[in-house]
Amino acid sequence: MTRRARLALFALAGPAFAAVLVIGLHGLPTFGDYHGVYGLLVNRIEPRLRHATDIVTALNFDIRAFDTLGEEFILFTSVSGVALLLRRLRVADEHAERSRGTEDHRFAGASAGVRMSSLLLIPLLIALGGYVVLHGALTPGGGFQGGVVMAAGPLAVLVAGRYLIMKHLAPEWLLEAADSAGAAGYVLMGVGGLIFTGVLLKNFLPLGTPGELLSAGMMPLNSIAVGLEVTGAFLLVWTEFLDQALITTGGEEG
Amino acid sequence: MSFLPYAAAAWLFLVGLWGVVSSTNLVRAVLSLTVVQSSTYLVLLGIGFRSGAKAPVVADIPQSSRLVDPVVQVLVLTDVVIEATVTALLLALVVQAHKRFGSLDPADLRILRD
Repeated sequence: MTRRARLALFALAGPAFAAVLVIGLHGLPTFGDYHGVYGLLVNRIEPRLRHATDIVTALNFDIRAFDTLGEEFILFTSVSGVALLLRRLRVADEHAERSRGTEDHRFAGASAGVRMSSLLLIPLLIALGGYVVLHGALTPGGGFQGGVVMAAGPLAVLVAGRYLIMKHLAPEWLLEAADSAGAAGYVLMGVGGLIFTGVLLKNFLPLGTPGELLSAGMMPLNSIAVGLEVTGAFLLVWTEFLDQALITTGGEEG
Repeated sequence: MSFLPYAAAAWLFLVGLWGVVSSTNLVRAVLSLTVVQSSTYLVLLGIGFRSGAKAPVVADIPQSSRLVDPVVQVLVLTDVVIEATVTALLLALVVQAHKRFGSLDPADLRILRD
């Protein structure tokens, strides 16, 4: 289909779709006047039964624990997919990359100020990410959110123009190991539930005092497992894409 | 109370769709898709909102407080993860397409045209 035909089709279908969308959305509960039962029930029982104060995380790792298992493996599978797609392309150009041991790629050339700020950012990002992961069951956050922040830590090395050092600090085998260990850790805890309580993914650890770091049963451990996986997964995806950018530069320069 | 959140969601969906349809650059098409997806966050969070209610975190407020619905918020979390993975996969395909056809214009994808 040519671009013009596409645009003409959209000019016809777009307004019709917009009308249907508005009619459909009008059928939803009025904004601010929600009467769903599940949310109210969850808000009442999760802090009491699991001693978690962040109900969203509690829901994520307790009532929806099985969905989170699926979500983890969606992430795992798609990261494998990205690696598979991009690494096949990389093999042919590997020698071009090998010969380039110095930091003269397209990401090099950060000013002293940017390098200094990145150096300050690295520990701050990792500390903040770790905090968000560990306090998942207490305050807003959790493994997914904190994992992304932690992954941004090594990325600050790239901002400083030192991509090869970033790859040295977070080599692919380490990222793959973190990704896999996180996914496996979550599954193992689920199996622990099966062994100790007879129910897959059910909590089998003491609940502790609400509001304390070690409370809410196995949620902190779930959070750490997910955080590990997300950190590894995101850094792996970024590394794969950045490698592509390096190859492209190498190709252009001959 | 107000239809505004839903109207904004519908607008985001359509603008994103327009972006996908009108793109002459595959990266722009992928980014437009994330705009479409962000409309779902607005719909989900809009549904679960209860006027005057607080976030479902009872770390420093009493458990009996009026709280918004946490179920839709968890769904948004899932939604964000899916968006990130879908975007990564699509961008990897875009890299493939660029290697193969030497262009980012969807009109240049020769296999699709034949």
